[in-house]
Amino acid sequence: MAFITANWNPLGEAFYRKTELYEMCWNLRDGLRDSLVAAAPYGGPIALLREPLRRSPSSRPQLEIYSASGVGIASFPWKSGPVVQLGWTVSDELLCIQEDGSVLIYDLFGSFKRHFSMGQEVVQTQVLEAKVFHSPYGTGVAIVTGSSRFTLATNIDDLKLRRLPEVPGLQGKPSCWVVLTQDRQTKVLLSNGLDLYIVDNTSCTAVVPPGLSPQAGSVVHMSVSFSYKYLALFTDSGHLWTGTSNLQEKLSEVDTKKTTTPRQMVWCRRPKSQQPSVVLMWDRLLLVAGVCNDTIQFPLEDPCVLIGELDGVRIISSTNQELLQEVPLVCQDIFKIASMAPGALLLEAHREYEKLSQKADEYLREIKEQSMLGEAVKQCVEAAGHEYDTNTQKSLMRAASFGKCFLTDFSPDQFVSTCRELRVLNSVRESSVGLPLTHAQFKQMTVQVLIDRLVYRQFYPLAIEICRYLKIPDYQGVSRVLKHWASCKVQQKDLSDEAIARAVCVKVGDSPGVSYSDIAARAYECGRTELAIKLLDFEARSGEQVPLLLKMKRSQLALSKAVESGDTDLVYTVVSYLKNEMNRGDFFMTLRNQPVALSLYRQFCKLQEQETLKDLYNQDDDHQELANYYVTASYKEKRLESRLSLLQSAVDEYNKAKNEFAAKATEDEMRLLRFQRKLDDEKGAGLLGLSLQTTQVRSDAVSIMWAEPEHFQATMEALLALGLHKQAEQLYRDFRVPDKRYWWLKLKSLAEKEEWEELEKFSKSKKSPIGYLAFVEVCMKCNNKYEAKKYVSKVTPEQKVKAHLAVSDLEGAADAAIERRNEAEMGAVLSRCSASDRLVIDRLNRARAGAAKK
Amino acid sequence: MAAHLSYGRVNLNILREAARKELREFLDKCAGSKAIVWDEYLTGPFGLIAQYSLLKEHEVEKMFTLKSGRLPSADVKNIIFFVRPRLELMDIIAENVFSEDKHHSSRDFHILFVPRRSMLCEQRLKEQGVLGSFINIDEYILDLIPYDGDLLSMEYESAFRECYLENDQTSLYHTAKGLMTLQALYGTIPQIYGKGDCARHVANMMLRMKREFAGTQNQILPVFDTLLLLDRNVDLLTPLATQLTYEGLIDEIYGINNGYVKLPPEKFAQKKQGEASKDLPTEPKKLQLNSAEELYAEIRDKNFNAVGAALSKKAKIISAAFEERHNAKTVGEIKQFVSQLPHMQAARTPCFPTLLKNEIQSLSNNSRQYPVSPVSASEAFFDNLTVEQEFMTGVDTDKVNTYIEDCIAQKDPLIKILRLVCMQSVCNNGLKQKVLDYYKREILQTYGYEHILTLNNLEKGGLLKPQTSSRNNYPTIRKTLKLWMEDANEQNPNDISYVYSGYAPLSIRLTQVLARPGWRSIEEVLKMLPGPHFEERQQLPSGLHKKRQQGENRTTLVFFLGGVTYAEIAALRFLSQMEDSGMEYIIATTKLVNGTTWIKSLMDRPESQTP
Repeated sequence: MAFITANWNPLGEAFYRKTELYEMCWNLRDGLRDSLVAAAPYGGPIALLREPLRRSPSSRPQLEIYSASGVGIASFPWKSGPVVQLGWTVSDELLCIQEDGSVLIYDLFGSFKRHFSMGQEVVQTQVLEAKVFHSPYGTGVAIVTGSSRFTLATNIDDLKLRRLPEVPGLQGKPSCWVVLTQDRQTKVLLSNGLDLYIVDNTSCTAVVPPGLSPQAGSVVHMSVSFSYKYLALFTDSGHLWTGTSNLQEKLSEVDTKKTTTPRQMVWCRRPKSQQPSVVLMWDRLLLVAGVCNDTIQFPLEDPCVLIGELDGVRIISSTNQELLQEVPLVCQDIFKIASMAPGALLLEAHREYEKLSQKADEYLREIKEQSMLGEAVKQCVEAAGHEYDTNTQKSLMRAASFGKCFLTDFSPDQFVSTCRELRVLNSVRESSVGLPLTHAQFKQMTVQVLIDRLVYRQFYPLAIEICRYLKIPDYQGVSRVLKHWASCKVQQKDLSDEAIARAVCVKVGDSPGVSYSDIAARAYECGRTELAIKLLDFEARSGEQVPLLLKMKRSQLALSKAVESGDTDLVYTVVSYLKNEMNRGDFFMTLRNQPVALSLYRQFCKLQEQETLKDLYNQDDDHQELANYYVTASYKEKRLESRLSLLQSAVDEYNKAKNEFAAKATEDEMRLLRFQRKLDDEKGAGLLGLSLQTTQVRSDAVSIMWAEPEHFQATMEALLALGLHKQAEQLYRDFRVPDKRYWWLKLKSLAEKEEWEELEKFSKSKKSPIGYLAFVEVCMKCNNKYEAKKYVSKVTPEQKVKAHLAVSDLEGAADAAIERRNEAEMGAVLSRCSASDRLVIDRLNRARAGAAKK
Repeated sequence: MAAHLSYGRVNLNILREAARKELREFLDKCAGSKAIVWDEYLTGPFGLIAQYSLLKEHEVEKMFTLKSGRLPSADVKNIIFFVRPRLELMDIIAENVFSEDKHHSSRDFHILFVPRRSMLCEQRLKEQGVLGSFINIDEYILDLIPYDGDLLSMEYESAFRECYLENDQTSLYHTAKGLMTLQALYGTIPQIYGKGDCARHVANMMLRMKREFAGTQNQILPVFDTLLLLDRNVDLLTPLATQLTYEGLIDEIYGINNGYVKLPPEKFAQKKQGEASKDLPTEPKKLQLNSAEELYAEIRDKNFNAVGAALSKKAKIISAAFEERHNAKTVGEIKQFVSQLPHMQAARTPCFPTLLKNEIQSLSNNSRQYPVSPVSASEAFFDNLTVEQEFMTGVDTDKVNTYIEDCIAQKDPLIKILRLVCMQSVCNNGLKQKVLDYYKREILQTYGYEHILTLNNLEKGGLLKPQTSSRNNYPTIRKTLKLWMEDANEQNPNDISYVYSGYAPLSIRLTQVLARPGWRSIEEVLKMLPGPHFEERQQLPSGLHKKRQQGENRTTLVFFLGGVTYAEIAALRFLSQMEDSGMEYIIATTKLVNGTTWIKSLMDRPESQTP
């Protein structure tokens, strides 16, 4: 504990420390010499290709993939063309950029995923140098070709190649170059001799870094910081210029007094630090240069590789791995010798407390007097986050916990979350897992990404543990892991479909948010259609199953799943797909087995394809519907013959459907149509003309007749209106019109035509089946009180009062009511009396009183 | 502005607000000024969610009705089509877009599908070559629309027809989805009961969807204890009968659509003595009917015979309060009076509660008055009612009915005839073939042969059918469920039968029995009614089990698949208010119907080609 500052090296106002992360698990025979090495930031994996440019076909170079701690993940002989550069994508995929411009993508386990090309012309000109870079858009690739042209792809998942403009005077490759991302634009900064250029999409501009001494010479190495904010340039005279990457501002210029070009140069700074510095590496020396003119130098025994991180630099050698970083301010405060910072005092207090010494109290008092206890706890918690050593973490957290006891209203959130996060970090830092993340990196990458990374490495149990421990909602946590696991599981070639399906089902179960159709899609991609179908069976959302089933050409199954989902739109979609896929016969047969789909398709046809509708009914021997179809069609037909023939088809179908009534009714309809035509033929235009000469009412009736030829009632009305009584009589008999209705018809018609004599004759022709009150009322409706009165006497006794009232004969009504001794009727008459009807009122009242007495 | 939605047992305003929020979000997605092109059918339902002012706040400057041809010109950046996912509408949209391109250049097109987007429609747009012209294609999930404080409607008119005639269960899918949305807002409903094939289908889909959404449900304490799904075809009788509640009658006489009634202008003529009123409004006036109007809420569910009394009582209270102004002496008293003014004014203006007063009074004047002109309608009304009641009590349902015969002979409106004939058929468990054929022939001869299609539809829907078995089970059902109450008290009801002056709606009896003593007591009757009956339970996450307070009412959501009438709603409200029922009801439906609109939706009219 006392020696915690032992590895601190001052540089200007800051300190730098080197912490060992791992002793590497690998056993490299030749170290890192002569190898192409790519290690991803955020504790990413390491790829190693030995002697990449050896071209003898007999001995193939070996491509090896290790975790950051050196645990071997994959190793296979490189069978493809010579590789210029290796790199990792943000989702832990390995990019192998070949000389011919093709880029091969492998996953962590060395299985080939896909490839793309950086352009056809590159095959000729060859890639001289390539770089893999990361930007907000994803992972990008930049190359410079033999014809000294740059080509960029900003996001390899959405490949758009951009060929940058020519650089004046550039022959071969530039002496050094970097990719910059500025203002949402990706550019290349390059050095050619004494000149610096920035090349973007459209132009190539010469630039001069501000304040670079003219005698500094030409730039031979350059490096851009992790955030693309800072730039470092190294010149052949050993000068190191640092400044902002937009070349607007200079930070410093240091003379390293080294004239050889460093093998690697990497920025080393932590976010928010005011002390940016650059780490340079030569064969046997590591040098840290900051804003001040001081430098720190470390001797190197072994060839190393530097990996720039968000908050430091990882140094990988063949034997171990170290993290070089600026000591965080809060750690400086606490651990600096003789520090009086509250955190330092609290740590001391706790140490004394553990020794059971009363000094603990003195230290505590000191902090409390300054009211700095809260601050002290915060410092300890924060510092613990930055420490890699678990013992240091523990003592800091214990001190914080101790200090917390003396605070009344202190939010424990930060303490709790730091505890949790440290526990997670310590477990992923384990050599067997090999993710040497710092707390700052973890915060930056988020726990989601961490889980993804674990999943890529197939550390499924650990990932699930972490999800549960951090209480991540299943949807984003456990389920996601299971999904990956299942997608991976379906690719296991040594297991049977059955076994895999079962295994997946057991593990995944009903976990929310795991889509079996996604897993099935994965299985299908791997060519395991049967497995895919088995997996789809577990999918709860039928809707989700449908698209994949269609893709797999399991259209019948897709249809039944669509039906199952209840989503009619989905059913329609499958149906329209099937319609295009199948021949008509098969299509109809398929629908036949799915009544729901069939009726939906019928609906569709009703609106869109009438003809198909007929075929459908025909195939199903649905005579009833077919008949209805013909009926509907008949109304669309103008010509009588076609109409009759359609109706005849309807009759046939109704008969087949054993719907006797409908058949008969339709036959009647045809009979009526024929009758109308006959009448029309016989009476000709005269009939129509006659109707027009008579009254308005009549012409209405006639127009109805012609507008709706099947309208029986209208026909009757028209006939009666036209005085064609004989024909009306004939219809009445032929169509078995009930007497009642015929009488009503005739009564109304005669009254409307004011043929009162005819009406009277008719009333006497036989006993009226509709009674005689109807006569009274109809006459009144035609404003003929005189005629109405004629029928009052014929009305049945029950309706007498009503009849008298209808003709406004109050006295008659009163007589009838009194005679019938009907209280209600008397009341009804009374209510119609006005003041002038004194006599009637008196009589009625007397009668009522008399009735009441009895 | 939608306060009446939040007063009930369940705050339905949450649902409305959720719907409004989604609408706003969509509108904001289309930056800049906008014009909305409406599928006309949607304007009514949307009116229940958002008024024009909301649209205006989001830069909607113009509104058009969707029709073929060219779009009207409007200087806006965005044209948004609000449409149902129907192919024929897609063709119109395509036409609109095509003719647009030639005349304007830079207007952005968007489509909002209500209630759901459809691959089929998008495919159609693609075939028409316009799919690419749309910047946003989105869906606006509007399944259940809050209609009143205790009422939700999908305003899906053709649901019954689609389900029972065309075997198209789209509406049921929307129902299930709507219920899922409801559960997302108001918690999982632990118990589901149902009767009928459609109910079973909806419940199955709900359970399936629940599995699909497993884990994403938010943890809400359930507001509803029970869901009851009822197929309309379990109770075909009730909608055929004439509703006798105040609101029901308004619906029967004038028709209420999307919560609005259109009244003829003469109702609003200011009747001032002597003056010839010059400025008569000429257009029908639209009034919104809901519980926001206190007086209306009070009388809407009363039997029409009790409305007159209730109104005059209310009028007395108000005018008494109004008279107090003469007694108000001190400033304080006057102030207090003024504060009550708006309330009184509202009650005094000739608004709808008093509108039907004349009709109601003439109708409720029960002693069959002899006709003075307008009341001849009232006589017909009572004759009709008498026949309905005869059918419902099982009098002579197996013979041709003289009244129906006379009505046909006098060519009364076809729908009236169909309502009666269907009612007779339902009450007789089908008509004798001879009787049925007689009615059918009379109808075809009198109203035209094209109605053969309508008659076929009614038979398919089970409203009209030949008697197949000799046993008529309607009387059993009537007796067991006490569907006819001889002594229905219209003024101070003690049973739901008051809503039809004697007839207790079957659907509501089923609901009532379910609450107490439970369906097990009526197994036999349930077997006679079509479709399965079932019970399902939905697991609640632990910790969400309600701890019921002593005497706290349970809440049941009753969902009528295929429509519900205002009288049935009144009956459920009555049950909620009964002190010892222990149950509150919230009502949901595909559409509010009455016999006329319902039969109309089942009619088919081939378009006749006039030469």
